[in-house]
Amino acid sequence: MFYMAMSFIWVFMILLSVGSSFFFGTGEQVSKAALEGAAEAVQLCLSMAGILCLWSGIMEVMRRSGLMGTLSRILRPILALLYPQFKHDNSVMEPLSANVSANLLGLGNAATPMGIQAATQMNRTCPGVATDPLCMLVVCNTASIQLIPATIAGVRAAAGAAAPFDILPAVWLASVCSVLAGISAAKLFQHIWRDSLQ
Amino acid sequence: MNLLFSMLVPLILALVALFGFLRKTDVYAAFSVGAKDGLHLLTRIFPALVGLLTAVYMLRASGLLTHLEQILAPALSFLGIPPETVALMLVRPVSGSGALGVGAELISTYGPDSIIGRTAAVMLGSTETTFYTITIYFGAAGISKTRYAIPAALCADFAGFLAAAWAVRLFSALS
Repeated sequence: MFYMAMSFIWVFMILLSVGSSFFFGTGEQVSKAALEGAAEAVQLCLSMAGILCLWSGIMEVMRRSGLMGTLSRILRPILALLYPQFKHDNSVMEPLSANVSANLLGLGNAATPMGIQAATQMNRTCPGVATDPLCMLVVCNTASIQLIPATIAGVRAAAGAAAPFDILPAVWLASVCSVLAGISAAKLFQHIWRDSLQ
Repeated sequence: MNLLFSMLVPLILALVALFGFLRKTDVYAAFSVGAKDGLHLLTRIFPALVGLLTAVYMLRASGLLTHLEQILAPALSFLGIPPETVALMLVRPVSGSGALGVGAELISTYGPDSIIGRTAAVMLGSTETTFYTITIYFGAAGISKTRYAIPAALCADFAGFLAAAWAVRLFSALS
């Protein structure tokens, strides 16, 4: 089953939608939504294209000028704990540090190309399979670590909040819990799932 | 402070460009090569997004989530999570803009300084669009065997939601 996890999830979601549409009588909406989803993917890719290329370009400048090396030396002690396999591998450590820095700054769009580069480098020897460090990378990126949630503060300000940023301590506390839970879950599952990685 | 946040992207761009220039890097050539890589990346992400977004949109339109909401409400109150935030928690892992919409609606309905409004804001601020991130990463790296990445990421999301509800209560009790 886990050998084709994406296929399994995809088929499950589609069957579940079609099944529930019969059950709840929402067939018409679901058939419309299927086409809308595909169109939205095109829209999303187009709106993402500029940002993705821009940040990939900036990252290449950072790499060639040695800025990425400096950044990775600062973050290396922490990252070495999470990814001991790649402690001495600069081709992984550099984009990884850039990914973490961008996430902390709340620049999700910038973090993605950097994280993907780290992911591709991690998986050079094991294509097609989500290895333990790759799962860790994905889990760390699905858990938010941004220091200043500017968009949400904007929404709160628009709704007339007295101090839009006064949720920061709660956001930090919740983010830390979420990241720690993700890392612990990944570490725990490493042992359970070990047999399926050949 | 606000100006600094809104200028973050151009400031980073300027600093990186200046640093590269001072270090005698061919800044523009490097940028062009990187930008081309970005386009290459996009062609790998696109097919995965078409497949996943279609499924997500179908699931949302099927009405299943709305019914799930009613079933889950009592269990959530027990855990200390306001049941009003169920829709937000269900949408959050699959759609960033959708979750922002649901969250903004909660914040304006119940007020930004209410417990529900604050919980919604903290939930949005401390989690990510899990499925979207997973699709992009695994699509770009060509991964089909995802192993435990999805369950582990969902653990992080759930812990984030629970911690958000508790943190809001803790900090409003303190102040």
